[in-house]
Amino acid sequence: MGKKVLLIEDEPNIIEAVSFILSRDGWDVKTHSNGHDAMEAVRLREPDLIILDVMLPGKSGFDILAEIRVDADFAATPVLMLTARGQTKDREMAERAGASQYMTKPFSNADVLAAVRDLVGA
Amino acid sequence: MPNRLMIGTRIRERRVLSGIRQSDLARQAGISPSYLNLIEHNHRRIGGKTLLKLAEVLDVEPSLLSDGAEATLLAGLREAAGEPDGEGPELSRIEEFAGRFPGWASLLNELCRRNQALERTIETLTDRLAHDPFLADSLHEVISSVTAIRSTSSILVETESLEPEWQARFHRNINEDSARLTEGAQALVRYLEAAPNKEAEVQSPQDEMHAYLAAREHHVAELERDMAGPRDVARLVEAAAAQGMSSPAQSLTRDVLSRYLDDARALPKRAFLSHIEAIGLKPAELAEATGADMACVFRRLATLPEAEVGPVGLVVCDTSGTFLLRKPLDGFAMPRIAGACALWPLFQVLGQPQRPTRLRLRQAGRGGEVVEAFAVAVPTGPVSFEHPPLTLAHMLLLPDPGETAGKVRELGVSCRICPIKDCVARREPSIIAEGF
Repeated sequence: MGKKVLLIEDEPNIIEAVSFILSRDGWDVKTHSNGHDAMEAVRLREPDLIILDVMLPGKSGFDILAEIRVDADFAATPVLMLTARGQTKDREMAERAGASQYMTKPFSNADVLAAVRDLVGA
Repeated sequence: MPNRLMIGTRIRERRVLSGIRQSDLARQAGISPSYLNLIEHNHRRIGGKTLLKLAEVLDVEPSLLSDGAEATLLAGLREAAGEPDGEGPELSRIEEFAGRFPGWASLLNELCRRNQALERTIETLTDRLAHDPFLADSLHEVISSVTAIRSTSSILVETESLEPEWQARFHRNINEDSARLTEGAQALVRYLEAAPNKEAEVQSPQDEMHAYLAAREHHVAELERDMAGPRDVARLVEAAAAQGMSSPAQSLTRDVLSRYLDDARALPKRAFLSHIEAIGLKPAELAEATGADMACVFRRLATLPEAEVGPVGLVVCDTSGTFLLRKPLDGFAMPRIAGACALWPLFQVLGQPQRPTRLRLRQAGRGGEVVEAFAVAVPTGPVSFEHPPLTLAHMLLLPDPGETAGKVRELGVSCRICPIKDCVARREPSIIAEGF
């Protein structure tokens, strides 16, 4: 059984592509596509790694990240943030909020794979 | 007293230009030649009376010789000089420069000020661009579809022996996303192309309807005939549709033309014009004389040809403050749909239906002229216990009748472009930099 990754992203075709490449790489991929109840999905799935989009309907990725970090069970879970903006301001915000790594869209599949492997030490 | 020193230089300059000898000037101004010599070499201060006399003899405005405006000019020049690197302007000779070349100096000053104003405008525009919600949305859309396409296409290329079902699925996804990308990119191009050019802006149905009315100068001859009826409205709308008017705009145009028809029937043009000739452009008196309601008189006045009654502006809004109809008057600008200055009497009357108000207004900023405004709100639609009462506010705008009509209220167009400082009605900061 592979490690569990939770992908929180609202674009269906990005979800499909990322799920595909991660599954082929041996990950157990769960997905969630809105901001409101993202934290419930995290508690339910108990993932080893979270991939989190910044722009989500209902709640910003930064807010969700903050919730993840204050939850004792997930305070140390690696989080890879995805965003469409590569400005340093966003990167700083992500780092301050406790993101483990930060990736700018559009990304290459190889980069995503390398990042998740790196984060979980697989 | 460095600022006063230059007066002497100037006097000398003017005298030489006029070809007057120092002794002659001194004699005509009633001072001794040696005193004038000292003044001209900036060794003596000059008194007001002497200055006036010298100015008179030299046939120049005393202010051209005095230092009132020059203190500002010099400050401006120092600012323009800034902190020069290496060989900059000769700061020690700044008074001499301003004194000898007043025209050039004030030109330099003006250019410098203009430069600063433009820099501020650029900053503001950059700021607006960075926070433009439409731009941010479109870019996000484009980036999202590009991300999906890139990821999906590399799966198709890199995955060996990809199952046909997956292959089909990813092909379909790419197709979808490329359509989205196209749409997003086109929207972006349309938006950016339209930005500097008002005419090319994406037109809302309200814009189309207003363009239709504006093309006819708000006067529709077809509906002025004695026999005009609903069929004429339908015919006009059909003709507009044939010209490419969108169907939401057709519906708006139909409503506004039907209202026009009703008003024209209540106040037939010829009779109404003869009332105007007898009474003048006085809405209350016209309403009384014709028995029509005030709002109808307002709308009717705004549909008469300018050649007959002069320029007339009109704006109609609903209870939410959204404009339903706007006919601008020169010197009084109106936002397109909503977001106008809260100080407009148009909004004031919304809370007091059937109580007309009259005011003189001037919009702050460039091009604002005093206009006379008449405003009245009238209930509209059926009265019921289920709905809040609906009201339409009307504001008629006429050229300024002059001071006898009362005090002038200063107001704006909308907060974002309004220069009024410390305004009680301000709801958002102005993008117009100070002193612009």
